[in-house]
Amino acid sequence: MSAIASSSRQSGASTKVLNRVVIYGLLALFALFYLMPLFVMLVTSFKTMDEIQNGNMLSLPKAPTFEPWLKAWGQTCVGLTCAGIKGYFWNSIKMVVPAVIISTLLGALNGYVLTKWRFRGHTLVFGLMLFACFIPFQSVLLPMATILGSLGRFGVSLQNSIGTSLGLGNPTVNLIFVHVVYGIGFTTLFFRNYYEAFPTELVKAAQVDGASFFQIFRRIMLPNSMPIFVVTVIYQFTNIWNDFLFASAYAGTGDAMPMTVALNNVVNTSTGVVEYNVNMAAAMIAALPTLLVYVLAGRYFVRGLMAGAVKG
Amino acid sequence: MRPRASIRSHLQDALPKIVLAPSFAITIVFVYGFILWTIYLSFTNSKTFPSYAITGARAYQRLWGWTFDTDPPSSWYTSITNMGIFGFLYILICLALGLFLAILLDQKIRGEGMLRPIYLYPMALSFIVTGVAWKWFLDPGLGLEQTLHQWGWSSFHFDWIKNKDFVIYTVVIAGVWQASGFIMAMFLAGLRGIDGEIMKAAQIDGATTFQLYRRIVIPLLRPIFLSAFIVLAHLAIKSYDLVVALTSGGPGGSAWLPSNFMYEYTFKRNEMAVGSASAVIMLMTIVAIIVPYLYSELREKPR
Repeated sequence: MSAIASSSRQSGASTKVLNRVVIYGLLALFALFYLMPLFVMLVTSFKTMDEIQNGNMLSLPKAPTFEPWLKAWGQTCVGLTCAGIKGYFWNSIKMVVPAVIISTLLGALNGYVLTKWRFRGHTLVFGLMLFACFIPFQSVLLPMATILGSLGRFGVSLQNSIGTSLGLGNPTVNLIFVHVVYGIGFTTLFFRNYYEAFPTELVKAAQVDGASFFQIFRRIMLPNSMPIFVVTVIYQFTNIWNDFLFASAYAGTGDAMPMTVALNNVVNTSTGVVEYNVNMAAAMIAALPTLLVYVLAGRYFVRGLMAGAVKG
Repeated sequence: MRPRASIRSHLQDALPKIVLAPSFAITIVFVYGFILWTIYLSFTNSKTFPSYAITGARAYQRLWGWTFDTDPPSSWYTSITNMGIFGFLYILICLALGLFLAILLDQKIRGEGMLRPIYLYPMALSFIVTGVAWKWFLDPGLGLEQTLHQWGWSSFHFDWIKNKDFVIYTVVIAGVWQASGFIMAMFLAGLRGIDGEIMKAAQIDGATTFQLYRRIVIPLLRPIFLSAFIVLAHLAIKSYDLVVALTSGGPGGSAWLPSNFMYEYTFKRNEMAVGSASAVIMLMTIVAIIVPYLYSELREKPR
């Protein structure tokens, strides 16, 4: 009796070990699947063209060279200009920073109003703003192009009459505007859901004490909003940095291109020899800011994605 | 004294609405107003420049005609067929793979903290970078095929990215690579939220692991399936950049999705009305999926 039990326990134990081996094996295999493209991109960016053409894609660079990175940053051709991607990298920064700040602050205020200063129809207002997150931007692309075009012409006439265009017609300003407009849906969603769980009694008590709308926001809400600010800023930063559709539609040519458009141009340039190592280095440079954010604040990144996916 | 106080208190009362108003106005004008504008344009005869004389549903009639233009396939036929293939496979594989990985990771794995970020990082990359990476990896002359040839498997043949009948499947591969880790994270969060008592009770009743997941865990994850489906469906319909970066549209536009069709017809082929009509069709598809979902989410819940 006990022999049977112990042998069955033993076979149970060995199945268990086998199970563990299979599970770990599968997990490792999938880790390879996810890492492979990044690995290939990275090693290729440190190889010479010679080694790329004659060597194996997966092998480590025999004589690692930083040359492709320098070339991608300072010399490679984007369209007809051959001054590297550094200018476009800064374009993206100049676009992302103001767009993230403005959309996040607006989202915080909206979330505050929609949870602590409710009025009749607040759900409808929120619903309309929320749906705006999901629309395919193709359905607003053309009217926005028309409006930005006429604002640009207005900017030119301002330039001629008063000496400044006030930023009208500047592609970077246009993109900031566009990203704020189509970003406030998300930022409002994040802050609304966060403030929903914030005790309303505190707000009520402050009101009784005579605190005003903005005092309550500054003294009570803001000091308690750090986590959601981090989540929102990361989410917006990633989305805006990675955007390609608006960037190609409103700043698709010329010096104002953001990074994603420039990268696509570098890779699809068909003149001369295709320098794969430089292409890969350029792709890595384009990916670095968001990857860095992910490495440093992965937890908040995931939380942002989840908040965007699960509403409440 | 009284009137002034009441003006002040009126202002205080209105302040929240005044703060919210700009955002709301922007949304109404630049989202809903622009959508109406696009719908309007789709009923005109606009070519290179917008024309505002209504000429009826000609753009839709042309799209409808192209829907059945299979020999040779029209760009629209290719786009919506690709949308069907891509949407179906992308959603299905992401859900299956995401659930599978989440269940594996939920088996008290040592090193989970290291594996999770590896599965998830592609979501931080832009579609352009993903496209560039996979374009290289799948290139027959440089990537996987070449590597396997060098390792001695010389009969290995994989040129989908250059093949007009298969190029859309490479978009599926790259898309799944990017999003499946995120779906895994959603399912994992769901699994961690399940009450351990239920699992224990089932195990005591003699349920095998497989039965446990099939009968108890997966049904409990239904809300996650729904959220994940919504996320994936709207990502799939909006996919544009991935096709551009990975395939440049594929041989003869064979990798186009409706979003690429819209962009090309509106901005490159000077068929603004047709482009707008295709945008309206994309929007309607999203509305059909999202609106019921948002409605059920936002309905006043009994507290």
